[in-house]
Amino acid sequence: MMTIQRRASLAAALTATALALAACGSGATDTPASGAPAASGAAAPVTVRVQVFGGGENFGYKNAVAAWNAEHKDVQIKLEVLTDQFEQVYWPQMIQWLQAGKGAGDVVGIDEGGMGLAKAHPEWWADLGEQGLSGRQADYPAWKWQNGVTADGKVFALGTDIGGMSICYNRTLFEKAGLPTERDKVSALWPTWDDFLKVGQRFQAKVKDARFTDGTNTLYNVVLVQEAAKNGNVSYFDTSNALVVDKNPAVKTAFEFAQKMTALGLTAKLRNFTEEWATGTKKNAFATVGCPSWMLGVVSGNAGEQAKGQWDVAAVPGGGGNWGGSWLAVPKQSAHPKEAARVADYLTSAKVQASVFADFGNMPSNTKAQQDPAVTGARNAFFSDAPIGDIFAKSAASLQPVFLGVKHTQVKNAIESVVQGMDDGSVARDKAWQQLVDDAVKAAG
Amino acid sequence: MSLHLEKAPLVVAAPPPPRGGRRWRSVLDIRAMPYVLISPYFVLFAVFGLFPLAFTLWYSLYDYDLAGTTAWAGLGNYAQLLADEDFWNAVGNTVGIFLLATIPQLLLALLLANALNKRLRLRLAIRMSVLLPLVTSVVAVAVVFTQLYARDWGLVNWALSWFGVEPVNWRAERLPSWLAIATMVDWRWTGYNAIIFLAGMQTIPRDLYEAAAIDGASRRRQFWQITLPMLRPTLIFVVLNSTIGGLTLFAEPTTFYNGNVDGGSQGQFQTVAMFIVKQGFREFDYGYAAAAAWLLFLLILLGALVNFLFVRRIGGTG
Repeated sequence: MMTIQRRASLAAALTATALALAACGSGATDTPASGAPAASGAAAPVTVRVQVFGGGENFGYKNAVAAWNAEHKDVQIKLEVLTDQFEQVYWPQMIQWLQAGKGAGDVVGIDEGGMGLAKAHPEWWADLGEQGLSGRQADYPAWKWQNGVTADGKVFALGTDIGGMSICYNRTLFEKAGLPTERDKVSALWPTWDDFLKVGQRFQAKVKDARFTDGTNTLYNVVLVQEAAKNGNVSYFDTSNALVVDKNPAVKTAFEFAQKMTALGLTAKLRNFTEEWATGTKKNAFATVGCPSWMLGVVSGNAGEQAKGQWDVAAVPGGGGNWGGSWLAVPKQSAHPKEAARVADYLTSAKVQASVFADFGNMPSNTKAQQDPAVTGARNAFFSDAPIGDIFAKSAASLQPVFLGVKHTQVKNAIESVVQGMDDGSVARDKAWQQLVDDAVKAAG
Repeated sequence: MSLHLEKAPLVVAAPPPPRGGRRWRSVLDIRAMPYVLISPYFVLFAVFGLFPLAFTLWYSLYDYDLAGTTAWAGLGNYAQLLADEDFWNAVGNTVGIFLLATIPQLLLALLLANALNKRLRLRLAIRMSVLLPLVTSVVAVAVVFTQLYARDWGLVNWALSWFGVEPVNWRAERLPSWLAIATMVDWRWTGYNAIIFLAGMQTIPRDLYEAAAIDGASRRRQFWQITLPMLRPTLIFVVLNSTIGGLTLFAEPTTFYNGNVDGGSQGQFQTVAMFIVKQGFREFDYGYAAAAAWLLFLLILLGALVNFLFVRRIGGTG
């Protein structure tokens, strides 16, 4: 009796241990995949998870996804906007998922800054050529297409939007400062960046409870891409992936412009793509934002519906510029590469790109969409019916890409942290340049 | 059972000698049983504690790039870390926030526990309510506090403005950011520690207080000379626990900066745990992160030891 009881308890204890271990085992395998759809039969619809980033309306896929889901009962898109921040949050997480072979969506958005690394890892991506998408080459300018092709010739990403450049301005605040509010007159105020600073001082002399611009970082980037175009289209790295932060005059010029803005007290000291920045947009804390086309949706999304008509779009000092723009890729780990490729194809199609531009402002990279009258004649209701087709589409064909190195995102974050630190007072202005160079070297190392 | 044992010899004159296999099994039964019964803990510890420790140690000796190559580095990562001012900045922040958070927290918890130990109306409800902040998720706490400590339109800056204080940029300046994070930590953990103190206080025999009262000892004197010395084991536990928690602080300061592990534009409030995550999961330098994790482990051991020696002296004369 004793022994039988003992044996029973021994067995029970062993079972408990085994169960505990089994529970750990299954838990470990289930958790990361919980968001992914299970392999489905013919009847159940396939869910394609689309992961993107960015503040406000970000990629502007809201309406396009709703339209697709209404039409396609067999393939449903689940749109996941993961975070505002690409370099600091989205991309590091995405790389982990890609490297682990688990966790990434079926279609993922990649900012220009991440494309260098993405291209260097063909093993992460499904071959879109195999899904019959090689023909899409005809839709794109050569550089936008080539950036989505790996060194060994595999098509892995399709272009979404491109930069283009403008200045978004807050009409209410301009009025308060006694500045013109009509967009052509505003554009005429600032042919150069020096003029822009002078307007800023005029603004600041009249308005005390708001600042002329959001922070140092947005306009720093605008000036950087403009200057990069004059210096061989490189910014932090040259085309052989060597760090040139201290040698490229574009970086120094952009830095010095940021330094001037903060010294003149023109900034609201907000770092872009943070919650405080979004709140600042809503609360009219600043009068201007450097606006590549995709920034329009960010500003309108952050400001909210009630601010409709309060903002407008003017020309950027110093001519055009190409900051930002993204791609969509299908990770190799996707369980539904075929459906994912269809969705990526759809979201980058001329039709969707044109409607995204009309609804939110992200400038199409698809050349067919760029010529669409719906794009060239587009006006943006939120931005006081600004003729955004006129403002962005004209320069779209002439935009040049800026080369970004494999470690661009790390270096970009390190540099912008110094530029921001100069603004919030944690970095002394006269020591900022040296620290910027040092931190960039460290981040690239 | 006992009935059965008494009856047994009547039925069977003598049990047959157990065969070899059986005896072996019964020996195994008696000898191994205790180990099997406690094994779940050790198995789990080995899988989730020991293995990661050893694995981390192993990889701290490599230059291991997540999206790249792996190469032997020996103690190179450690040498680089000890010369890395960002690492020391993180150590300074961690210790600073720890001191700023833990000292007031434990004092407050002690006072709170002492108050709760008295006869009160609705005693259970009041005691439970002290634990409430612990139930809310860290992220929810951090989101609310982030709003409170916003530079523009934040409640704290608004309140400070009544006293003519200029708006404080809580995320840009070192000491304010530490203060903000410390209040976040304290809000969540003071009640928890108070309840543990309270449990400790309730094990102190009542007759000690009665005897002291008869001898004319004041309430205050009773606290210092009875409660505190008798509470020493609890105190040691709470202090060690807070040390481990404080030195591995991560969620509050990260959420305080939009989920960004930079901890401020110049790492004003980047803790060691955030430094590790940044190195490992943003710079993808796993070996370097692993080495930093080991140094953090040593730092915690050191901190625990110092605190242990310190607490052992408290009320030592009592």
